[in-house]
Amino acid sequence: MTDETKKKLEEAIVSLIKEYTNKKRFKPGDIVKEMEGKFSASGVTKDDVKSAIRELTDSGQLIYGYAGGSFLALPE
Amino acid sequence: MSKKHQTPLLDELKKGKWPSFVREIERAAEKSEMTDDLLGQVEQSYREKVVHWKHGGMVGVKGYGSGIVGRFSDLPEKYPGIKEFHTVRVNQTAGFFYTSDMLRKMVDIGEKHASALFNFHGSTGDIQLLGAKTSELETIFQEYTKLGFDLGGSGSALRTPSCCVGKARCEFANFDSMHMCDGITQAFQDEMHRPVFNYKFKFKFSACGNDCTASIARADLSVIGTWKDDIRIDQEAVKDYGKKFNLHQYVIDKCPTKCMSYSDEGGLKIENSNCSRCMHCINTMPKALRPGTKGGATILIGAKAPMVSGPRLSMVLVPFYDVEEDAKNDYAWFKDLISKIWEFWDEYGVSRERIGELIQRVGVGNFIESIGLEPLPEMVANPRGNPFVLYEEYVEADEEQKG
Repeated sequence: MTDETKKKLEEAIVSLIKEYTNKKRFKPGDIVKEMEGKFSASGVTKDDVKSAIRELTDSGQLIYGYAGGSFLALPE
Repeated sequence: MSKKHQTPLLDELKKGKWPSFVREIERAAEKSEMTDDLLGQVEQSYREKVVHWKHGGMVGVKGYGSGIVGRFSDLPEKYPGIKEFHTVRVNQTAGFFYTSDMLRKMVDIGEKHASALFNFHGSTGDIQLLGAKTSELETIFQEYTKLGFDLGGSGSALRTPSCCVGKARCEFANFDSMHMCDGITQAFQDEMHRPVFNYKFKFKFSACGNDCTASIARADLSVIGTWKDDIRIDQEAVKDYGKKFNLHQYVIDKCPTKCMSYSDEGGLKIENSNCSRCMHCINTMPKALRPGTKGGATILIGAKAPMVSGPRLSMVLVPFYDVEEDAKNDYAWFKDLISKIWEFWDEYGVSRERIGELIQRVGVGNFIESIGLEPLPEMVANPRGNPFVLYEEYVEADEEQKG
């Protein structure tokens, strides 16, 4: 995965969660499946998406929440 | 110290000579004002028979999706001290061994930054520090990290693996459960701290059939010690036990598979091929009987507690796993099996579905085929209970007749 693809992937993840704020809670697994499909042409794998989620949570751009199951959200 | 809240119902639980959790909370309340409010809310819950806790939410430490269980009072005006009362799960040591010095340091952190109350240990196995405020979580995490501890699992993640005391203190251990638990914990840190599963997943390692971690009833994947060869018998020691109690009444007749016989002339005889390794005879006569020397483990899958859809016991997945051999390769075979199981669960599982429920839904046959295991008679928990063998030649013959 190129740096450019990685950047696009991270932006797509944040933008998806932003778009559905207060409408839908995305489990990390949902994001992985969604992004794997969306970026399949760029050769993005499950592990790439997991790695992107890790970087986004490590940098504080996304946080985890829990309501019956774990989900990803934007920081309050 | 004067009590902020009157607690007549809780006071009843201090009577008697046994330890009381109420007394312990009161002692903690001497050092923590929030714990005084805890007593008030628990008293109110007992009186009204209503739980006043809410859990979940957006609490955690940076980068981690696990390890903090958000807990809030639904009566924050009345009990402001416990408006936020989160639980911090700290990954326990394998076998629960600590020095007293380390315990004091851990408790100091709990007294300074939380309610001074701990669970040693929670049912998952973790050390649980209770009553942390959101603003204190990062500090608590950093302080425990300095001591060499990390957070455990919570949410839709791998829960902190736990094990029995194994070879450190138990003569029945058939494999080194502590070594394996530690190895697997280190290997799957990412799965534990960053939830990506459909729901929780628990490993538990018990080094013999006594199953001190109760893994057969609580773990999604249980590793339970067993042995391949014969039970070792000291006939003289058996005779000594015969002088203390009735061997037939307490041992022979209680054997679930009736594979034992005893006579004064012939001594104790065991038909080892029929032994189910239940451990009853060994537990009753530990000086006379010992597990065989070819130790290993049975891997079982699918147990869970009653949450969401009722309790389940696990089923055998691998009847005999040579732990010692795999340990030489850093548990490579075991890790590969786990990866295949998680891959299957990720692909076919739905939200909040445990692996045991998924196997029940799709069938054992489909599951084991997907993870590359051969069907074995040991996988059948009960006759006609979970049949999965498809005799393809009969199906083909039937189709030919119809065609």
